[in-house]
Amino acid sequence: MSETNGNSKSKLHGLWALTNRELKKWYKAPVIFMLSIIQPILWMGLLGKAMNIGAIFTGTSFPLPQLNPPLTPQQLQQLGGYFAGLQSSIMQGAFSTTDYFSFMAVGMISFTALFTTMFSGMSVVWDRRLGFLNKALSTPVSRAVIIFSKVLSASLRSMFQAGLIIVVAVAFGLQFGANFSPLNILGVFAIMFLICVGLSSLFIAITIRSTRIETPMAVVNLINLPLMFASNAFFPTKFMPDWLQTIAKFNPLTYTTDAVRQLLIFNTDWAQLALDFTYVGIFAAVVATIGIVLSWRFLSK
Amino acid sequence: MSEATIKAEGLTKIFNKHLVAVDHVNFEVKAGEIFGFLGPNGAGKTTTINMLITILKPTEGKASVLGFDIAKQNYNVRNVIGVVPQEYTADEDLTGLENVLLCADLYGIPRSVAKERAMDLLKLVELTDFKDKKVQTFSGGMRRRIELACGLINRPKVLFLDEPTLGLDVQTRTATWNYIRKLKKEYGMTLFMTTHYLEEADALCDRVAIIDHGKIVVVGTPEELKHGLGGDVVTLSIKEDFDVSEIIKKVEHVKDVKKEDGSYRIKAEEGEITAPLIIEALRKKGYTVSKLSLTEPTLNEVYLEYTGKSMRDAEESREAFAAQRMAMRRAHQ
Repeated sequence: MSETNGNSKSKLHGLWALTNRELKKWYKAPVIFMLSIIQPILWMGLLGKAMNIGAIFTGTSFPLPQLNPPLTPQQLQQLGGYFAGLQSSIMQGAFSTTDYFSFMAVGMISFTALFTTMFSGMSVVWDRRLGFLNKALSTPVSRAVIIFSKVLSASLRSMFQAGLIIVVAVAFGLQFGANFSPLNILGVFAIMFLICVGLSSLFIAITIRSTRIETPMAVVNLINLPLMFASNAFFPTKFMPDWLQTIAKFNPLTYTTDAVRQLLIFNTDWAQLALDFTYVGIFAAVVATIGIVLSWRFLSK
Repeated sequence: MSEATIKAEGLTKIFNKHLVAVDHVNFEVKAGEIFGFLGPNGAGKTTTINMLITILKPTEGKASVLGFDIAKQNYNVRNVIGVVPQEYTADEDLTGLENVLLCADLYGIPRSVAKERAMDLLKLVELTDFKDKKVQTFSGGMRRRIELACGLINRPKVLFLDEPTLGLDVQTRTATWNYIRKLKKEYGMTLFMTTHYLEEADALCDRVAIIDHGKIVVVGTPEELKHGLGGDVVTLSIKEDFDVSEIIKKVEHVKDVKKEDGSYRIKAEEGEITAPLIIEALRKKGYTVSKLSLTEPTLNEVYLEYTGKSMRDAEESREAFAAQRMAMRRAHQ
């Protein structure tokens, strides 16, 4: 018998099959699919519109001290104009954009990357428990492919959600930067892909030896919010205490978020953008390599 | 093929440095035979199979499948084997056909070939009508069959079946046996299976290895093993109230006589020849045989002989097994 002769000898065979298996669980399950669409919209709507930081600096948001003699309507109007100017310059200084919603909506893209990829570790544990992992391991498919299919499916999901967030954010009033061009959207997908590869490799590397679903849950609960808030996703790092700034400076989410802002809402600083891409790219390459090495060591016992 | 299809030499697996799951086992499986690993839960059957299918690394010893070393040439081994695991591993969210095609992709089988093969296999396991139904709607028997179809997608030369009928009803079990026999007969496949059902080993396997506490205690055809016990069992009683053990012992072919509750349990080679001789000997001395039965020994007696406990007793230690299994699962944590 020599039927195996026609089979693919490529080291990557099975990658798309396994990735598609993961994706089918998502796009073929209407409830899960809908939830994954609703979730970022809900978060963006709530966080972005609730934390209306810009409004704090308008003249009517705080009581003016009683002045003697009282201000004339003309002076009041003048003061209002002054505050409006103040608001826009404070916002510009703090957030590099006058619209907090735009600032936040972009942060939401990083947030989605984090929340979607962190479940890739769990799916490895599920596969182990249900025996699917053992079955896959007994086929000629490469161990690295098994892991990378998880990484890839999480990345594709996040990229889809990122695209969706951009669409919704525009509908909610996202203000694009001065030199925005539709090509920048491709850049957003590129940086999303890099950060997702890095993050999901990270979560898989942490949980690869785990046989219990509780372990990745605990890990995820421990690190997701700290990782989120020790970044510039919702608030600029320059107002953070030094120690937090240091953490944020190493946090790849900071660079991802910055890259997306440079591409969408800021006046693009190309040098800064190049730095962002380099940092996130190195992060992704290093963590993905670690994940693949670990998969060789620990998938079989 | 001159060399054995599967060959294990001193194969050993120790979990966590002290839990010896498989203890220096040696065996050979010949081409085209159904070889069974028989033993209670926790005896080391699945651990052995997992080493042979290259998902567990042996702690010591070596083994080869079709001449490929399971440790050094694991990629080649995986290419030529099929595996039907103990668990239901098919993806519940996918349909029957999607599952089989997924397995085909894992072997790198081109789509055009895979589709045709998948349809053939679904026909073989009688799931053609359910190919577009999600696996979560399948019954236990259907799931087992979809596993079988997946395990056969690469036309393996050696098929590993881990407890293929575990938890199936009698009807489905018999049907599964028929599939297995068909594979051997029509495709000349070599099959390695584990089971803890004695009747399954007896009905299916060409040769059986009884494994207990990680060690192989005996290997042979079911017939050999049963004959190895000293042949058939003749049970008789006589009208007279007198101990005739000595008379029976002197009869040709009789190996052992035990008196139990007024009847005699006689072990003899070829019972159907020996039984008339016993009756004749007793009649000559003036005794009358009132009852006589002849039974062939079952694997259960073989099992009892070699492990010192009946299969049922072994089954009762399931809680101990559960604890051990837990320890094994956590061993690598």
